[in-house]
Amino acid sequence: MSGLAILIPIALFLGLTGLAAFFWAMRDGQFDDMDGAGMRILIEDEDQ
Amino acid sequence: MTAHAALAGGEPLLRTVLAVPGAHCAGCIAKIENGLGGMPGLVAARLNVTTRQLTLTHAASLQVPALVEAVGRLGFEAQALSAAATSGPNAESRRLLRATAVAGFASMNVMLLSVSVWSGAEGATRDLFHLLSGLIAVPTVAYSGQPFFRSAWGALRHGRTNMDVPISIGVLLVTALSLFEAMTGGRHAYFDGAVMLLFFLLVGRVLDSIMRDRARDGVTALLKQSAPGAMVTHKDGRSDWLRAEALQPGMRMLVAAGERLAADGIIESGKTSLDLSLLTGESLPQSAGVGDTVHAGTLNLDAPLTVRVTAAAEDSSLAEIARLMGEAGQGRSRYVRIADRAARLYAPAVHTLAAASFVTWLLLGAGWHQALLIAAAVLIITCPCALGLAVPAAQIVAAGSLMRAGVLVKDGTALERLAEADFALFDKTGTLTLGRPELVNARAMPEAAKPVALALAMASRHPLSTAICRELEGIVPARVDSLVETPGRGTSGLWQGQPVSLGRSGEARDAMLAASLVIGGAEPVTLRFRDALRPDVPATLEQLRELGIPSMIATGDRAASVAAATRGLGLTAQTGMRPQDKLDLIDRLQRQGRKVLMIGDGLNDGPALAAGHVSMAPASASDVGQNAADAVFLGDSLLPVAKAVVAARRTMRVVRQNFVVAIGYNVVAVPLAFMGMVTPLIAALAMSGSSIIVVANALRLRSAAQ
Repeated sequence: MSGLAILIPIALFLGLTGLAAFFWAMRDGQFDDMDGAGMRILIEDEDQ
Repeated sequence: MTAHAALAGGEPLLRTVLAVPGAHCAGCIAKIENGLGGMPGLVAARLNVTTRQLTLTHAASLQVPALVEAVGRLGFEAQALSAAATSGPNAESRRLLRATAVAGFASMNVMLLSVSVWSGAEGATRDLFHLLSGLIAVPTVAYSGQPFFRSAWGALRHGRTNMDVPISIGVLLVTALSLFEAMTGGRHAYFDGAVMLLFFLLVGRVLDSIMRDRARDGVTALLKQSAPGAMVTHKDGRSDWLRAEALQPGMRMLVAAGERLAADGIIESGKTSLDLSLLTGESLPQSAGVGDTVHAGTLNLDAPLTVRVTAAAEDSSLAEIARLMGEAGQGRSRYVRIADRAARLYAPAVHTLAAASFVTWLLLGAGWHQALLIAAAVLIITCPCALGLAVPAAQIVAAGSLMRAGVLVKDGTALERLAEADFALFDKTGTLTLGRPELVNARAMPEAAKPVALALAMASRHPLSTAICRELEGIVPARVDSLVETPGRGTSGLWQGQPVSLGRSGEARDAMLAASLVIGGAEPVTLRFRDALRPDVPATLEQLRELGIPSMIATGDRAASVAAATRGLGLTAQTGMRPQDKLDLIDRLQRQGRKVLMIGDGLNDGPALAAGHVSMAPASASDVGQNAADAVFLGDSLLPVAKAVVAARRTMRVVRQNFVVAIGYNVVAVPLAFMGMVTPLIAALAMSGSSIIVVANALRLRSAAQ
């Protein structure tokens, strides 16, 4: 049972990290152009 | 950012948004962003492929027409968007998405703890898990529940009730009771139910909001008809390009041939013909000269004009149309969504049931604590989880399907109202017809003359020339030297040593437009043009008839040109109607109990589009038309109108099935809850089960518009 005292905080911390990452990504505008994001990886940017 | 610093030098930076409808692939992004890269004065260029908008950060000295031209040189048609059209990402959607993310996180973690309780945690462990669940659930309810609490409070304050009232009461009561249970070491806590309920309902709200955003972006990309600005000359001879919002009375704007006017005004110099079809529906160009009043949205056809901007007087036709639209739109806001209509019956029933179970158990001798627990179980089981998803899930799937078929539906209620329509009212110019002249007698030209005609037509932006270019596509133009365009007369030049010209013809009868082609000393050829019907008009009208929707024409055009264009369609028509007349007609029909589907495009149709029970506009419509309409269809064909009605009716069938599923589940679950047999585990299973069935049923609509 004492394992719970460690495992539950770890589970909650990991969950909160995911939530924080999602909030950051949304504020950063990563969901603004869902179609374009997938296309941009195909662009070669050597000849800029 | 280095470019930013290098440029700074005290010059202010501007942000301009261009609509680039043609950009759709990785190649387009690279071509536009890299192609603009070296442009002096430009700091940053970022293309959003989803919204087809190019955001440019540039020095103020770099003017908008130059930017549009630069994008044009890269092979993409671009249009400056007015500031109003580019309000940025929707704050409402973002708030909902954040609330959903929090509720999702919380429901997963609370469920994790709940599962261990259900699988047999006892004593101190159970109490600890309940307390932990409470620690997660209470802040979540306080944050993620806000959209529901706000809406419920708004409804209650006005003495109404909506779907959010039972949701809010249920969630708050269950959370409070579970908190009490957790503190006193009780056996059952419903934190998982309350949080999961919020999560499912928020998913429904997010879907609804995304649908509205997507359609709004689609419509924004099309807002191009009215001029977003004008070239203005100052007293000292300088000229500047100003956005439409920045134009002020007294300024002088230069309007080139082929441009639309950005503001009302009086012509100071120049003589031209104007295309007023956007304002009045009249298809024949009108001539205008010095001293004439002209309106925003008018297309200048022949010659450059200098126009002095006048104040937007209260009695101008634009102000009149705006006033009519404001009044006409009020009727629409009284429409009650089907979900809220259901809630009007549902909410009192749910609350009565919960109260009844509380009283019954008290009378049967149970303690107030147990009676309250059972009442809470009834509330949470009847909370309209599936009911909340029933409508938005079906509507967003159908709207996605319609979007692929070329119809942008602006919101969910538009589909509800479209399914109810039982009378269709069509505008003529630009709606039943294409709203642009088409060459009807290309065969009158000898083969040898076609390349010459094409060469002459290509030198001009007049709509008749454009029509010739379209008709003669694929032919190689002849080499014509010393091409000159004389405003108001046409183009002329030299071909193999003989004078050739394409220009005004003496004979322009009723609806027919004509141009005359002269080659050397030969007999002039008269080319005739007509505003042709859209493709599939008879098929569309026939389909609507089969759906039980009779059609009628209501137009501002003259009877003669209406008869010429719509002969053989078997429709009755009312002609010469002003915007007020169209409103009166719709009002009369709706008082007879008709649900009018208005289809129109022009500024003059704006009030009628706002007044109709539901309305559609073609993508070629004025932005007033597109803003007032509930749905916008792309392409030339009229068929999407019938398709949209069919899809809307299928959607409503699925919505009704979903209601039956949601209510059927209540019929089974409520007696169990009433008898006190619903544990948190059963509540969780029932809730997610019914939600999944409802969403799966909605997914059947993926091919609704095929």
